[in-house]
Amino acid sequence: MMPTSPVIPLFVAVPLAGAFAIALLGKKTRIIPNGMALIVTGGLIAFSIIAMRMFSLFGVHTYKLGAWPAPFGIVMVLDGLTAFMLFTVSLIAFLVILFSISYMERYSGRWQFYTLFLLMVAGMNGVIVTGDMFNLFVFLEVAAVASYALVAFGTEKHELEAAFKYAVMGSVGSLFVLLAIVWLYSYTSTLNMADMALALQAAGSTRVALVTGVLLLTGFALKAAIVPFHAWLPDAHPSAPAPISAMLSGVLIKALGVYAICRVFYSVLGVSPQLSMLLMVLGVVSMSVGVLLALRQWDLKRLLAYSSISQIGYIMLGIGIGTPLGFMAALFHLFNHSVFKSLLFLGSGAVEYATGTRDLREMGGLGKRMKLTSAAMLSGSMSVAGIPPFAGFWSKLLIIVAAVQAGYYWFAIIAVVASMLTLSYVMRIMRYGFLGELREKWAGVREVPFMMKLSLGLLALICILGGLLLLPGAREFFLTQAARTFSVGTQLASRILGGV
Amino acid sequence: MSKERQPGMTLIVKTVTRLTVGLILLYGIYVVTHGHLTPGGGFAGGVVIALSLVHLMLAFGGDVAFKTLSKSGAAVLEAIGALLFVGIAIIGFGWAGFFFNFLPKGTPFDLFSAGIIPLCNIAISLKVGAGLFSVVIAIVFLRVAGSERE
Repeated sequence: MMPTSPVIPLFVAVPLAGAFAIALLGKKTRIIPNGMALIVTGGLIAFSIIAMRMFSLFGVHTYKLGAWPAPFGIVMVLDGLTAFMLFTVSLIAFLVILFSISYMERYSGRWQFYTLFLLMVAGMNGVIVTGDMFNLFVFLEVAAVASYALVAFGTEKHELEAAFKYAVMGSVGSLFVLLAIVWLYSYTSTLNMADMALALQAAGSTRVALVTGVLLLTGFALKAAIVPFHAWLPDAHPSAPAPISAMLSGVLIKALGVYAICRVFYSVLGVSPQLSMLLMVLGVVSMSVGVLLALRQWDLKRLLAYSSISQIGYIMLGIGIGTPLGFMAALFHLFNHSVFKSLLFLGSGAVEYATGTRDLREMGGLGKRMKLTSAAMLSGSMSVAGIPPFAGFWSKLLIIVAAVQAGYYWFAIIAVVASMLTLSYVMRIMRYGFLGELREKWAGVREVPFMMKLSLGLLALICILGGLLLLPGAREFFLTQAARTFSVGTQLASRILGGV
Repeated sequence: MSKERQPGMTLIVKTVTRLTVGLILLYGIYVVTHGHLTPGGGFAGGVVIALSLVHLMLAFGGDVAFKTLSKSGAAVLEAIGALLFVGIAIIGFGWAGFFFNFLPKGTPFDLFSAGIIPLCNIAISLKVGAGLFSVVIAIVFLRVAGSERE
C-alpha cells in the first residue's frame, strides 16, 4: 500500500483559497493582502519541509483526489523531485512576498497583485504535484495566464506589449503541449501519468512517443525559454514589477519548463540517448547565446533576463549528461539559480525603487548610499559567476565535473568559457552600478525600507551558505533523494500503480 | 419620446429583451441545477446566466445592467463562487480527503442526487457567470476609453 498524506493537495488548495480570500476581503485594507500572502507562502514552506521529511522516511506518497482509484481519478504524487521543487518554489515565493510588501506600495490595486501571485503559485505547485497528464496542462495554464497578467501589471505601453508577446508565445507553447497530450490520450486511452507510462512501455518503442516527445519538448522549452525558444523572455521578465521578474526568472521557468521536461520524459515517455544529447546541445546553445547577448545589455533587468537563459542552459546540460552526479548538480544549480536570480532581480528592483532607473550607464557609486543592497547584489553576482565559496560555484563545478566524467569534454570547456563571460557581465553590473564615484544626482538616494533589506539579506545569506548543502547529511536530504527520481525513471509508474 | 435621451437600442429590441431575458436567466439556472443529469453544468449554465446580463446591457445600456448586478457585486460573487468551490473540496478532508463526495448520493437521475456535484456546479456557475460578465464590462469600458483617447 502506497503511503498517502493529506499535505499533498494543500499545496494547491491553500494558495487557491488564499488568492480568492484576498479577492473577496482585501480590497479596502492593506493588512489582509500582505498578511494573507505572507501566511500562505510561509505555510507552504512548512508544508514542503514536512513533505521532504515524509519522503525521506516513507518514500513515494500518492494522494487520490475524491478517493477515486488511480487510473480513473486524478492522483497527486509526492516523490523526491516533487518535494525538492515544492521547497524551492515556496522559499522563493515567501522571500519575494516579503520584498513586495514595501515595493508594491507604489502600485495601485495591490490586492490584484497578491491574488494573481498566489494563483501563479497554486498553478506552479499544481504542475509539480500532479500525477495526471491533463491536470498538468490545466495547472500549466493557471500559472501561465496569471503570469501574463502580472507581466502587464504596470499597464504602461511597453509592459502591455511585452505581456502580449509573452501571451502569444506562451499560448503557442501550451498548444504544442495540449496536442501532444491529445495524441498520447488517444493512443494510450489514459491520462494518468503512471498508467500512460506502463501503456507506452507495453507498446514498446513507437513513433507516437517520438512525435509527442518532440511536441512536448517544444512546448516546455518555450516555457523554459531555452534557445531558440527564448525570444519572449528578455521582453517579459524586465517589464514585470521586480518581485514578479524574480518569480518568473527564479521559479516559473523552472516549474513549468525544466521540471515539466524532467517529469514527462523521465517518468512517462522514457529517455533515449538521442534525447539526452538533444538536451545537452540545447543547454550548451542556451548558455552560450544567453551569455553573449547579456554582455551587450545596458538595461540591468534585461541583462539579468539574458543571464537566466544562459543559466537554464547549465541546468539542461546537467540533466542531459544523465549521470547521478549530473542530475544532482543540475538540481543544485536549479536551486542556486532560483536564489541568486531572485536576489539579483529584487536588487535591481531596489535600485529602481531608490533611483527610478534601470540603465547601468546612468548609475554609478550607488554602493556608497545603498550599502546592503550593494553587498547583496555582490554576493548574488559572485554566485552567478561561480566564484568560490558562493553556492553557484559548487553547482557549476559539479556540472563541469559531471561533463568531464561522462566524457563530454567540449561541453565542459564551453561551460567554463561561458562561466568566465558570466563573470565579465556581472562585473559590469558592479562596476557601473555600485562601484566608482557617486554621481551628484544620486546624492540624495536612500537605502530601501527594512522589509526589502530583510528579503535581500536572507537571499544573500543563502547564496553565501548554499555550498553547505553539499555536506553529507544535508546533501542526502536535500539533493540526492531528489536526483534519484531520475534514475528511478519510468519504474516510478509501476510503483505508483502497484501501490494503489 | 425622443430617441436621444434613451440609452440602448430601439423599442422593438427592448420589448423582445424584456420578454426573453427572464427566460434566458431561468434556462441558465436550469442548466446549472441539472448539470449532473443532463448535458451542461456549472460552466455552460454560468455562461448562459452571464449572457442574460450582457443581453440587458446591450438592449438597455450599462446603467440598467449595473442596477441588476454592479461591478463590485460581480467581483464579490466571483470570489465567493471560487471560495465555495475550494471550500467544498476542503470540507471533504472531514471524510476521506480533498474533493471527497461526502453527501448522500441519492437515487440516480433524481434532481437531489449525486452528493456535492450539484453544489460544485452552483459554485462554478457563480464564478463563471460573474467572471464572464466582468470580462464583458472590462472589454466594453476599455473600448470606450480607447475611442475617447483617439
